[in-house]
Amino acid sequence: MNTSFSITAIAAVCVLTLTIGALGFRLSRTTSDFYVASRMVTPGWNASAIGGEYLSVASFLGVAGLVYALGADMLWLPVGYTVGYLVLLLLVAAPLRRSGAYTIPDFAEARLESVAIRRICSVLVLGIGWLYLVPQFKGAGLALNAVSGAPMWVGNLVVAVVVLINVVGGGMRSITLVQAVQYWIKLTAISVPAFVLLSWWMHHGQPVPQVPSPQASQQWSRPLSGFGGVQHPVYATYSTLLALCFGTMGLPHVLVRFYTNPDGPSTRRTTSVVLALLGLFYLFPPLYGAFGRIYLPHLPAGLSPDSVTLLLPTAAIAGLTGQLLSAMLAGGAFAALLSTASGLTICVTGVVDQDLVRGRLRRFTGNDARAINGFRISAIAAVAVPLWLSLAARNLGLADTVGLAFAIAASTFCPLLILGIWWRRLSTSGAAAGLVVGGTLASVAVLLTIFDLVHGGWAGALLTQPAAWTLPITFLVMAVVSVATPQHIPRGTARTMVRLHAPEALSVNLGKGHP
Amino acid sequence: MSGTANHTPGPQKRVRVTSPRMGAQRRGPGRPVAAEIDEQTRLGELYMATLIRAQWRLSMSVLASAAMMIGGLPLLFLFVPATRILKVGPIPLPWLILGVLIYPAIWLAGYYYVRQSEQIEREFTELVARR
Repeated sequence: MNTSFSITAIAAVCVLTLTIGALGFRLSRTTSDFYVASRMVTPGWNASAIGGEYLSVASFLGVAGLVYALGADMLWLPVGYTVGYLVLLLLVAAPLRRSGAYTIPDFAEARLESVAIRRICSVLVLGIGWLYLVPQFKGAGLALNAVSGAPMWVGNLVVAVVVLINVVGGGMRSITLVQAVQYWIKLTAISVPAFVLLSWWMHHGQPVPQVPSPQASQQWSRPLSGFGGVQHPVYATYSTLLALCFGTMGLPHVLVRFYTNPDGPSTRRTTSVVLALLGLFYLFPPLYGAFGRIYLPHLPAGLSPDSVTLLLPTAAIAGLTGQLLSAMLAGGAFAALLSTASGLTICVTGVVDQDLVRGRLRRFTGNDARAINGFRISAIAAVAVPLWLSLAARNLGLADTVGLAFAIAASTFCPLLILGIWWRRLSTSGAAAGLVVGGTLASVAVLLTIFDLVHGGWAGALLTQPAAWTLPITFLVMAVVSVATPQHIPRGTARTMVRLHAPEALSVNLGKGHP
Repeated sequence: MSGTANHTPGPQKRVRVTSPRMGAQRRGPGRPVAAEIDEQTRLGELYMATLIRAQWRLSMSVLASAAMMIGGLPLLFLFVPATRILKVGPIPLPWLILGVLIYPAIWLAGYYYVRQSEQIEREFTELVARR
């Protein structure tokens, strides 16, 4: 394979990202600029930025890889990623924006008036953020390895460095611009080769997808067939769907993006545009899985199914066209990596900065340190840990790790947000108990899965897809403990409810905390 | 207590001896709801509870429809196995639904919700302004 086109495309995406970031840097001067892009971002940009940030390497490469490897049941993944935003729109979007919170720990502290809850949330954000960053870094290594044969760690390092420069240099405003551009880069990069492949397929006999053994070939294209050794496919389908639908709202980099909307109604409208943008994008990844089964029935040795998208054009169409299309996809994959990794890094950085670094920095330097320095130190910590994890933990799958991050978010932040927004009787003890129980259960299941300590059967299905039982347990614990401890209902609950739900046109007292 | 003071006219100018709060309450229908909400009176709380309940009901109804539509699909594939192999042209039905048709449906659900919830807020704002 001629690799120079792909390398050029990847380099171009990295340089473009850094250039746009640098342009944003010249505009951002104060800490508030760094954090919220001064809220001058228009809804169109915002929806693109949300889409750009959300569509990670798991969507760009992972979905096609899993459809290729495991068949029709994996079509639910992109559906779940999209429905997650619908659920977010229905249950939390506008109230969350009105709360004025920038991160989930901010929201938890404002709603429950407890610093302890804030600390629990910060720990969870760190865990989810790092878990989500690992596959982004690994995906970079995988993509670079697939197109050029470079060792895995090179890609990991390249992405970590580019993200770090971007976040430290430009902060949020540049990221918003970068993210918006990234969505359109990604859509172009995934749709153009797909259309070319589609017309190639139409004009060259329309072959059907192949699987090595003829009996399995039928199973591959059918849902709930257990193709690829998936056990209890009905449970797995529902639990995955549940994790994705209810986990999206709890992902750390999602709420941050909503803060750049000016008010509740614009947040809703932005989200409905996001639904359209995501739906448009997700038309394409399953096509690559199917075309992979047609033109690439046997993967080259040593490559994971996650690379199928990158290898497909050259396998299907010989000559320059195939190489150019592969290069386009490699560039798109890097755009996906960079955007999600940047967004997550920004958000993990925010949490590390606010809750860990800033206070300590002040103590060491006697209030001399500028807040921006704390932000920069935190960014390094936010990137270093998952980079180390991605190098140390070699046997984690791409989209699987992302799915586990969704499961933890669904079992902790989702109940906190839904009950916090809609239920006046949520008490501090109830929220804390739910977060601890749900977080512990989901984390244990995730750790057992990651370190490959579960083997088959119902126990395996329950632990690799924990959301179906951890999510209801968390809801139950939060509700029961809250009812049992009415004395711990925050005193400002009524005022907070007004702040969360009152339309902006109404001139009412929104209480403290509203900017 | 304060009622009698107002009704009997006298040669001297009478001074009302009441708490200012009593007077405030008696202003009755002219009093803005926004103030009721601000002061967290029972009435203000009732208004807010109505708004929150209306939004919650809307969210739940859209969510339930989406859950039935989307969550029903695996059950359909499970209990009507014929739907797993049915083909529309060259494309298997499950691929057509999950790969294409479901996305416009999701967007429509979101669009409907945005319109309706803005409507609820508009009506609430008008209601509060009217009083």
